[in-house]
Amino acid sequence: MSILKVENLKKSFGKTEVLKDVSFEMNEGEVVSIIGSSGSGKTTFLRCINFLEKADAGKITLGDEMIFDGSWQKSLSAKEIREKQLKFGFVFQQFNLFPQYNVLENVTLAPKLLAKEKPDFKQNKHEIYNEIEDNALSLLKQSGLLDKVSNYPCELSGGQQQRVAIARALALNPKIMLFDEPTSALDPELTNEVLRIIKSLADKDMTMIIVTHEMSFARQVSDRIIFMDNGVIAEQGKPEDIFTSPKTERLQSFLSNIIKM
Amino acid sequence: MSIFATVTLSLFEGLWVTFKIFGLTLLMALPLGLIISFGSMSKFAIIKWPIKTLIWIIRGTPLMLQLIVFGFGPGLIGINGMNTFVAVMIAFVLNYACYFSEIFRGGIEGIPKGQYEAGAVLGMTKSQVFFKIILMQVVKRIIPPMSNEFLTLVKDTSLANTIMIYEITWNAKRFMNSEHILWPLFYSGVFYLAFCGILTLIFGYIEKKLDYYKG
Repeated sequence: MSILKVENLKKSFGKTEVLKDVSFEMNEGEVVSIIGSSGSGKTTFLRCINFLEKADAGKITLGDEMIFDGSWQKSLSAKEIREKQLKFGFVFQQFNLFPQYNVLENVTLAPKLLAKEKPDFKQNKHEIYNEIEDNALSLLKQSGLLDKVSNYPCELSGGQQQRVAIARALALNPKIMLFDEPTSALDPELTNEVLRIIKSLADKDMTMIIVTHEMSFARQVSDRIIFMDNGVIAEQGKPEDIFTSPKTERLQSFLSNIIKM
Repeated sequence: MSIFATVTLSLFEGLWVTFKIFGLTLLMALPLGLIISFGSMSKFAIIKWPIKTLIWIIRGTPLMLQLIVFGFGPGLIGINGMNTFVAVMIAFVLNYACYFSEIFRGGIEGIPKGQYEAGAVLGMTKSQVFFKIILMQVVKRIIPPMSNEFLTLVKDTSLANTIMIYEITWNAKRFMNSEHILWPLFYSGVFYLAFCGILTLIFGYIEKKLDYYKG
């Protein structure tokens, strides 16, 4: 079943057209990796899906709900955008953990703030908070960070920070996880620990879109690869087909450049 | 009573006034400075430019001039009965709020965009992002420039003596005129030194307290 459908998405920054006309559809439980050279629009595409950027035109449908339509007269209220953003978990290249909070607080901060909007919050505050903390601890356990819960981000390696960031995003039970080059800011020896976490999510049928430069990882974890070039989806298909028999010249030269290095 | 005791008593009376100016200025100028800093960062030109102009005027003219204007100005244009102390407070609060606002602005603009975005994708409202994530990081960053301003304020309170507010310096000067002695001036310096010394210790303590994280 289609969970996310993007139609004719367009986005420009000033005179630069970053997304030219991107259409895309994915099913629940599918893992899609987006590859392509820098400036091809991968990151912008991801950011438009969860409203970090506002697309200029196009439509985005999540499940059976239209969450964005460029032709809407009225722009969405901050509250509406917030509700829609919550359907996605977003993991940044630079982790963006909150430096003044320890690992556990980083994971529980947003769920605790959201819990205040629940009608029964006042009566059941303690149970709600306990539940949030238990959930956070179990997520951190899965990330192998149980011994780091009271450490601050500055005391962690990049790989550990990114694992916390993933746990933080998962704590809000998103429908789809979006990863924006999750290992690009990491030392090579730290990328595997992060990739392993993402792989374990894939094994649990989490729906994910991963923008990445890690070709062998993309090949291993994805159900489908999208190759973006110059603001459009230039080619897409199963990992084997994309990496072994690329059809377009652009993808062929992209892949051969990577292999040469 | 010995002259030393008289001077000491009189300087303590001045200290109380200095203390009042210092405390009330901080109490009002810190929040006002935050509001002014938001104004100076506003997207709307109609808010941003008047605020920027105000900051330019206040920071571009002497505090003593501002004190004289607020101290004597109202009487000259026919508004009588304004308390001189109120005039002093208006001048100090406005002056310091403008300086504080620039420190706040620097602190706020120095926080990486990723912190706001991380808050947004986690479903936080704008005010939650500001108060739960940004503000604390701003505070840590602005402690050193703020400690400078606090120390400057301690010494700037002495300017209030130009419009007949009897703070420490006025009290010390009084004996120079009446008794023809110089040492109360140096003695008053000790009051300022002690005041600033305590503040320096407090700021050192706060800095150490916030040292548990980086960034």
